[in-house]
Order: sequence, then structure tokens, then C-alpha cells
Amino acid sequence: MTTTSLATTKFTVINTHVHNIDGVAKVTGRATYTFDVKLPNMLYGKILRSPHPHAKILKIDYSKALEFPGVVGVVTGKEDTLGVKQGIWRRYQDLCDEQILPLDKVRYIGEPVAAVAALTEDIAEQALDLIEVDYEVLPAVYEPMDAIKKEAPEIHEGFERNINVTRHIEWGDVDEAFEEAEYIREDWFKVGGQHHVSMETRAAVSDYTPDGKLTIYHSNQSPYYLQALMAGVLGMREGDVRVISHYVGGAFGGKFELDGAIFCSAVLSKKLKRPVKIIYTREEDFIASKRRTPMFYYVRTGVKKDGTFLAREAKVFTNGGAYTGMGATALYLTGFFHSFPYRWRGYRYDGYRVYTNTLPSTSMRGFGAPQAMFTSEQQIEWIAADLGLDPIEMRRKNSHYPGYEVPGQARIESCGIDQCYDEIQKWIKEKGKLPENRAIGISACGFMTGGIFNWFDTPYAFSAAMVTINQDGTVELYVGAQDMGQGSNTTLAIICAETLGVKMEDIKLHASDTDHCPPDLGAWGSRQTLMTGNAVKMAAEDAKKQLLEFAYAHAHIVSKTGLNIVYDLDIKDRWVHNVARPERGVDYSELVKIALRGKEGQKIVGRGFYTPHRKGMISPAYSYMLQGVEVEIDEETGKIRLIDSLTAHDCGQPINHLGLIGQLEGAFSMAAGYGYLEYMPFEDGQLMNPNLVDYKMIRATEMPPTAVAEIDTYEPEGPYGAKEAGEGLTNPTAAAIGNAIFHRFGVQMKENPIRPEMILNALKEKKEQKKSGKKNK
Amino acid sequence: MEKQLLTLTVNGQPYELYINPKTLLVEVIRDHIGLTGTKRGCSTVSCGSCTVMLNGMAVKSCSILAMQAEGAQVTTIEGLEQTGELAPIQKAFIDHGAFQCGFCTSGMIMTAQALLDENPNPTEWEIREGIEGNICRCTGYNSIVRAIDATAKGNYKEV
Repeated sequence: MTTTSLATTKFTVINTHVHNIDGVAKVTGRATYTFDVKLPNMLYGKILRSPHPHAKILKIDYSKALEFPGVVGVVTGKEDTLGVKQGIWRRYQDLCDEQILPLDKVRYIGEPVAAVAALTEDIAEQALDLIEVDYEVLPAVYEPMDAIKKEAPEIHEGFERNINVTRHIEWGDVDEAFEEAEYIREDWFKVGGQHHVSMETRAAVSDYTPDGKLTIYHSNQSPYYLQALMAGVLGMREGDVRVISHYVGGAFGGKFELDGAIFCSAVLSKKLKRPVKIIYTREEDFIASKRRTPMFYYVRTGVKKDGTFLAREAKVFTNGGAYTGMGATALYLTGFFHSFPYRWRGYRYDGYRVYTNTLPSTSMRGFGAPQAMFTSEQQIEWIAADLGLDPIEMRRKNSHYPGYEVPGQARIESCGIDQCYDEIQKWIKEKGKLPENRAIGISACGFMTGGIFNWFDTPYAFSAAMVTINQDGTVELYVGAQDMGQGSNTTLAIICAETLGVKMEDIKLHASDTDHCPPDLGAWGSRQTLMTGNAVKMAAEDAKKQLLEFAYAHAHIVSKTGLNIVYDLDIKDRWVHNVARPERGVDYSELVKIALRGKEGQKIVGRGFYTPHRKGMISPAYSYMLQGVEVEIDEETGKIRLIDSLTAHDCGQPINHLGLIGQLEGAFSMAAGYGYLEYMPFEDGQLMNPNLVDYKMIRATEMPPTAVAEIDTYEPEGPYGAKEAGEGLTNPTAAAIGNAIFHRFGVQMKENPIRPEMILNALKEKKEQKKSGKKNK
Repeated sequence: MEKQLLTLTVNGQPYELYINPKTLLVEVIRDHIGLTGTKRGCSTVSCGSCTVMLNGMAVKSCSILAMQAEGAQVTTIEGLEQTGELAPIQKAFIDHGAFQCGFCTSGMIMTAQALLDENPNPTEWEIREGIEGNICRCTGYNSIVRAIDATAKGNYKEV
């Protein structure tokens, strides 16, 4: 870059073609995941799991296992963890309901009962067979609509009708708005679960040493949460627990709670004073981690005949599984985002999270919103058809706009949904007439940029960052954010490099180690670009201001003449310069040396933090998007093939261009899988397909082209105007597929994943109705 | 079970190992030789994270016993670099952002390399079919397809 062009260049790093800073490690096999960690004197752990969906533990006899050659130790709830309960909603004790090694009762198939440590994984596995457990099997219940019945078995003491959490959201006069409605439609939906299927399964290596310190390598998305949670369950000080998670093989919302791997390895290590490694097999990961929450959704919507939205009411019963996890948040967010991205004069939501004897359900990318959009965006399509209105224009006229306030809930600042409609319309028009077996479906949504609700009850700022500058100008950036593949390390390094005015290769980012990085809530709810990004920007601005003080004091060196007070100095692309005359300047590393001398040899240190204030209790900013999908459906087999797609997307100012495209394409593949492939059938509490043969996901041959139309908006609360990208797009796609099927055949898909037999049944039903309709005439 | 002698070449280095004959090739690579770039994501030969090249062919190393690789030439992700220079396919993956969490990446790159060795000018569909046995949960595959296509077009060859 020439120095004179600096005056007109908005960004030198942001939204340019920047490579992922972890790229070399990841494409060469150098990246070391928890799965790869091997410590001296390390043991291998295995977990004995409940074969029953609901049972009392009467007795555990592990004496034979302990005698087995190579076995070093066994832990159980009764002897070691003594019924310690845990949960991530620390502010509400009754929601901390999970004993990872239960004292006396198991509540789902796969629940940990005991853990063994041995010299090898094989020995540990064999020793599991030698543990004798006496159970008293109890009656079990698997579906929320059964579990709320009076006669249903009680899963947790004191929770009437197995209702774990309820949530109510309401604004406006809902009943009055319904009275004004000229058309009302109500539907029931059954929305499916989904497994995170991170390629790295749950993995932990715990190393408790006799000085009372515990170091844990763990595949997770929030090292600080895990540090605090582990300290809590082990009765240790947070500062004595160190969590390291340098490379994480995917998480998708499934890795910020305690899991059996981290808990059991730590308890074993504390007992045996040796490192213990536990890696879940793929089957264990399926049956004993957690999943997206399945939901029964009732939706009633009232509109005017011209398509003006008036009132909406939703009642939701979710299959919470055996424990709370992050399910309480998903219950709230599904209700909130069910209203998005539209304006309702009256809106009422009642959510009931119900305990069942199945795998617990929790957060997963989209956090309740994919379920909400599957129901909402299909029903809206049907309403438009019922009223003979253009579904896009009907959506457009009811949508949020910049400055809109969701009554009593949130104020929308930036909002580019209107332009998203334009882009989708253009795309559909360009396609022209489609072959007969194809149709286009669309779906809209909005999503949050980080959560404000502080259920974790942390006293720390939500995000923090520190920047120090070395004598050669290289920069150490310390963050508590977690990169689990979404590219936050790169995004945060970009923000740092841009703000400080240096190059990407100058930034060394330090993250994923609680001993060396500031606390941060981590990677969930699409929070890191905005929240950690703001902290990084503040820290870099702080460091830059300190540097520039020396530049002003030595203006004759920088500007080559005395500096008139009306002129200011800046650093861009490693060039310290007079903004009005950018060719007059000095190399940044020279300034660093001047500053170092001026500070008597102390490094420049910049500090930054961010906690949202006066932004309501949900999120500081909202992204908007529209998903268009062209779908081919085989009438004979019911098979779905995705032909093409367009994502029209408003994420504010894009920061990390390559990362953004990757996030949108990745979200699409996960969301499309949720729409028509990823199915978790249970029989008597047993997951029927806990492997990657029978659990179908999108593969390379199923993925359509993924064009992206970025809408240019600026979010005032975000760093450089940025907001959420990559989680929100998990929300609209399943409904878009459903809408394409609706337009192709006129049948309504009220359950997902939309499986071939569902399409065939719907077509058969439609045929029969047509026949009997003719007869009746 | 009595241990047996296994002789094989991994990334050009000869190895002589005494192993339980039930040991899988992936276990020999990761646990005995210590090359942890090769991953495991399932135990049903479904995900491809453990893909290596065996005498030039892409093989899921969890699908064969190590003894079946007796005398064979094995190449893992660590063997693609030549004297510190990344292979074109590795450069292409970086330039196209064709990875996210990176856990499937080693296997994906080995599959891609074997595909290109066998078919230097694949169509887009041939690329997709070629990597169909490898699951990537993060990227949605299209960036991977672009990276392989760009490599085939010679964009990352040494100048």
C-alpha cells in the first residue's frame, strides 16, 4: 500500500482476504487437540453407563474391576462425588439438577454410573464389565406430552408433572388484537432434536497434582465456564483450576457445560494424583452428551386480510430430557425469536420444559430459534397462500426496521431485512420458470449477537482483552474467547491489527488457557465478535493512544515539521503519520522504540473490556437474514435434493471475509441437515442410530451452491459496526425446505426432519382427499 | 495374543514395530509412531478423519489392521510437506478457508491429494464424489471443493 492512499483507505485489514491464523497448524496436522494430548504417567478412563432409562441404584460392587490387572482406580457417586449437583444456571440452584455420577438414581440410558482409570483404554473398557450394579428399574416416560400427565412417573422430586422450567413472554393486548383479526390460523408442529456431532467427541485430560492444583485439557467452547464449574463441583478455588483448550474439534453449542469426560477424569485424577484421559467413543457422544431440544409447538396467528400481522400466540412443550443443562435458555429464546423478524401488536408465548427419561437436551447452534422458525416461517407461508398474498411482500410489510422497539424487550438499531427481501426477489426472478419437479422455498429470521441474561452469575466483565507491544513492534493479544472452528482467533486478531494500525503477521494471539488469558464468557450465543471484539478494540485503542502520546511529543520526527494543533496523527499498516499528509510519517517500530525508552523500559500495555449496558436483557444487537432454497423432490421416492441456494444476510460490517463465508456455508449445511436428514429416533428411551452410518448428515454430494448477498449495514454497538454471523443462519433453512415442498405439492410439513415417507404419506393423503372430495360432490 | 513384527514405511521413514495383530493402522500411526495429525471421528468407517495414503491410495486407517500394511508405503498429513514447504493442496485449503475446527482436515486433505493424484483434472461432481466419504461438520464442503478445484487448476504450484 502506498502511504498516500492511507488517507482514503477505510480499512487495511478488516474484510480483506485474510487467512485463518490457525491455518498452518490445521492443514499440517500440527494442531494438537485434547484428543491428542498425552502426559507422562497418564492413565486412561472409561465410564460405566446406565442401561436403564430410569432406575434406582441399589448397589455398586467394583471389587472385581479393581483387582483386574492394570486397573488403578474406580470412582462412584456414593464414595467419591457424594451427590454433588451441578448445572450451568448457577444463579438458580434448583436448576443445577445433574449429578454426573449419581448417588442413587439414573434418569436416562447412557448416564454415567462409575468411572475406571487404567493403564490402557482397553483395560479400562474390559474392567467396566466387571463392575456389578444392582438396579431397581422404575417406570419411565419419554415424551413431554406423556410426562406432564398426572399419572406419569416422577423424574425429579418436587417438580410437579415433570415441569422443569416455564417461560412466559407477552406484550400488547393479545386478545384484543386477535379480535380485530380477519383471518386466524392455528397449527401444531412436532419439531425434532438434532445432535451436534462435533468431529472431536467429548474429550478431557485432567491432571491433579499434590500441590492442590488441577490442570485440565478439555474440548470446550468456554474455558472460563469450565474452570468455574469444575472449581465448584470439586470444592476448589477457581484460581487453582486451569483449563486449556487450544484446539477444539467443533462444539456447536454442545460443549460449554460439564460433561462426563471432564468431570470423571478430574475426579479420578484428584483421587489417584495422576493424569487421566477420557475420550468418548462416537456412540457415547451420541447417547450421553446432549442434543438440540425437540419441541411440540402450537402456533395461532391472527392477521388482517391485507396481510397485516396483528396477534400471535404460541404454546410450547419441550422434551427436556433428564436434566436442565442450557435448556432453560433455549426455552426462553425459542419464544422470543418465534416473534422475529416481525412486528406483532400482541404477542404471547408460554413455554414448558418437561423432564423425560431421555438424553438431556440443551443449546445447539441457533439456541431454540431453528425450532421457532420451522413453525413460524411455514405457517406464514400458508397464511399468505390462504389469503392469496405474495409471501415475500407480506413478510416485508410486517418486518422489523431500524429503530423499531420490540415492545418492552429490545430496541433494534441496525436492520437490513428490507434489502434481504430485494436480493431474494431478484434471485427468484433471475431463475425464471423451474422444471416441474422443483420449487423454491424461502424463510426469514433474525438472531441475537450475544446474550445479556447473566444466569451464570459471573462477577467479571463479559469480555476482556489485553494488548502488549514488544520492542520489535510485534503484538501479544490476550483474550478469553474460544475458537472452536468458527474463526474467532482470526476475527479478533483482525480487529486488533486494524485498530492498532499493524499487519496481521504482527499479532500473536493468546487464548484458550485460563492461567494466561482474561476471563470471558466464551463462544455461545454469537457473542464473541461483538463482545470480545469490543474488548479487543478498546485494548488496542488504549495501547495505540499511549503510543501516539509519544508520537505527538516527538512530532518533528513523525511529521518532519512541527505539528499544528489542528492536525492529528494515526497509525495504519505500520506507518505512523500525519492524517492530513500521510506521506509524512515514520515506521511504527521506530515509534515503539521511542515509547519504550520514554516509559523507562516498560512495555506498552493496553486493556479493554465489554459488558452490555442499557441494551435490555436479551442481546445488544440483532442480525437479519433470508434463506432461499431451490429444492427438487422425487414424487416416486419422496427424496429431496437441494439444487441451489441464496443467503441474503445482514451481519453489519463484515470483519473476517473468509471466515464469514465459511460460517454461512457451514450453517446452511447444518440447518439443511436439520430440515431433511438429521433424525434422532428413540425407542423406550434408547437412541436407535448412535453412529455416523445411520445418523445421516449433509455430505459433499448433497450440498448445493451457496451464494451469499451481504447487506451493507452498520451496527453502532458492534466493533466497526459488526454483529452476529454464522449461528443465525442455522434457523431459517428447515422452513425454507418445507416451504419449497409446499409450493411443489401443496402439502404442509409439520414435522422435521422432513423424511421421504412423510412426503409420500402427505401426497397419498392429498390424493385420497381429492378422491373423496370428488365423490362427495 | 502374541505380538508380531510389522515393517512399514511412513512418510519415507522405515519402522519396525512389535504389535498386537489386532491393532488398527490408525492406532499404529497415532499411538505407536506418534503421528497425531491423523484423527479418529467414529468407529464405523463413516467419517474419514483417519484417512491416509497407502501405496498412493486413500484408505481410512481405522478400516484395516496395521498388519495389512506390512511392507507398505504410508503417507500421513505430516508427510505432505516437502522440507518445510506446504504442498499445493495445503496452501489451497488455507487460501480458500477450507477448514474450520480442523479435526477432519487431515483426512480431508489426504483424500483430496489421492483424488488429484488419480484424476488430475476432476470435474466439480467428481470432486464431490471423491470426498463423499469424509464428513466435515463445519464448512459445508463448498470451500473444500473450491480449494481442490483450484489446486487441480495449478493455482498453488511452485512458481
